[in-house]
Amino acid sequence: MSEFTPKMDGIVEAEIERTTGPWREAWRNFRKSKVAVAGMVIILFFVLLAIFGPFIAKEGINQQMPADRLQPPSAEYWLGTDDFGRDILSRIIHGARISLSVGFLSVIASVVVGSFLGIIAGYYGRWTDTIISRIFDIMLAFPSILLAIAIVSVLGPGLENALIAIAIINVPNFGRLIRSKVLSIKEDEYIMAAKAIGMKDARILFSHILPNSMAPVIVQGTLAVATAILEAAALGFLGLGAQAPQPEWGKMLADSKSYLQSAPWTMIFPGLSIMLTVLGFNLMGDGLRDALDPKMKN
Amino acid sequence: MSTTPLLKVENLKKYFPVKKGMFGKTVGYVKAVDDVSFFVNEGETLGIVGESGCGKSTTGRVLMRLLEPTDGQIEFDGKDLASLSQEEMRKTRRDIQMVFQDPYASLNPRHTIGKILEEPLIVHGVSDAKERKKKVREFLEIVGLNAYHAKRYPHQFSGGQRQRIGIARALMTNPKLIIADEPVSALDVSIQAQVLNLMQDLQKEFNLTYIFIAHDLGVVRHISDRVAVMYLGKMVEVADSEQLYGKPLHPYTQALLSAVPVPDPDYQKEQIIIEGDIPNPADPPTGCTFHTRCPFKMDICTKVTPQLAEQTNGHSVACHLYTTQVDNDIKQLEGSL
Repeated sequence: MSEFTPKMDGIVEAEIERTTGPWREAWRNFRKSKVAVAGMVIILFFVLLAIFGPFIAKEGINQQMPADRLQPPSAEYWLGTDDFGRDILSRIIHGARISLSVGFLSVIASVVVGSFLGIIAGYYGRWTDTIISRIFDIMLAFPSILLAIAIVSVLGPGLENALIAIAIINVPNFGRLIRSKVLSIKEDEYIMAAKAIGMKDARILFSHILPNSMAPVIVQGTLAVATAILEAAALGFLGLGAQAPQPEWGKMLADSKSYLQSAPWTMIFPGLSIMLTVLGFNLMGDGLRDALDPKMKN
Repeated sequence: MSTTPLLKVENLKKYFPVKKGMFGKTVGYVKAVDDVSFFVNEGETLGIVGESGCGKSTTGRVLMRLLEPTDGQIEFDGKDLASLSQEEMRKTRRDIQMVFQDPYASLNPRHTIGKILEEPLIVHGVSDAKERKKKVREFLEIVGLNAYHAKRYPHQFSGGQRQRIGIARALMTNPKLIIADEPVSALDVSIQAQVLNLMQDLQKEFNLTYIFIAHDLGVVRHISDRVAVMYLGKMVEVADSEQLYGKPLHPYTQALLSAVPVPDPDYQKEQIIIEGDIPNPADPPTGCTFHTRCPFKMDICTKVTPQLAEQTNGHSVACHLYTTQVDNDIKQLEGSL
């Protein structure tokens, strides 16, 4: 079609042309997968809930109504009430904020630290690599939840400390991922070319190697948010994470476990929230992997 | 063309240690570049040819200190590159640039062409963004692309176009020397000619000096003023292009040249076929490394390593066939027959 347009000069064509960067292309691939988009919708729903929910559900999350203890779902209490007569819906909405921020913040922290360590280990190799990799190996030798419990017991129970613990246990996963990616990228000719141009190491690392090794990290990061939410819930359930009045989902499960038979809604809805959020992140992570995997490209 | 050497390489060596076992004990060395000496005059093109694995690409990379030389001097423009600090070397790289073999791998897929071309300028301290952009457009036109291509990404170009971009990138800092590491071997033959002609035009325009590494003798002949032939990490013959192609001295060069196809179906020529494979560079043959495959092998070849020695004006060869001592030996042998 363009051969019929008279070429006055380059500008005409330049305006028509849309630049298709690698990220834009990935987004186009991502949109094709219905399942991935469904995952993203679930996540968006909970994110919006976390941001705007507290304005919608204004009634106090910790407001106890002893007269309405353990009420089943009704027009007044959509998801019922718990053993203190607190509205479960309000608590779940506020819990979304806690769970999502724990998930995102801990993953962001471990991605930043893990990427930095991984990129240094992968690029410089030799003893730097040996030291960093062995530390990762040691950390990975422990079951992650056990390590998290150990870290929380040292730092003391609480939501912030749970977040820190979850961030720490995820560092080696990202570190190893980035390291292996850097190992392959640093042999690519454009890295050689960057060196030949006379670029400094820092520029090569952060402007060339890092952006090119981000794709698997984004995938892993999305999936890790799901795990982090689960881990936070697990720590909350064990009483090591969120403390008493905080409406954290895992904590809510733990508090209501004795009412499983008499008032199942007290457990079902927090559990369902955890499940849906984790499912959303997993679906989106899978979709991202398909969209970003270089092997799927031509 | 002036005749001052811009680059003078003496006794350059690059050994890669071979490590084995749990503790990485060094059990030997691969002599990728073994005692190589040559020079390149300003404004000329030196072709380096050889089979794959002969060390020609390694030579190019060692010259730029992308690989650290094991030993030797690299005198460039009055400085010994081999003894510069990393930081000094980094700054010197604006005068020596490189064009890479694989145009698909040598451009960062996540950067636009504009960014790729701008980067050498940023790195070497051209701070004015407007000026950089202007220069990017200018050089895109110079290598035969359009200024608006700056907005595109590498995957939107063909191999030949990408190689033009690679060449433009090498030109951005106004270098004196360009090391081209098999710049056309990944391209179609028709595109090869275009890129070679572009390189020749640029050489005239910017008074560039090239080191042109290739395995295709036809391509090298087209572009080179002088040609060096490498075999197993050593230079076996260096001569003016015409002399080397007209009157090759080293048996290896003769064999290589006889393998070049001639565009005439009726032309019958004697083809020298060298047998066997290139020996393992970790365990090279004693004496002359070529003796395992040489049709003119003599006793001395297995024992003494021949040195590169000038035979006629500017034509050097490392072969016992041309050393006087051997001449005498042969005469003696002939006499006794």
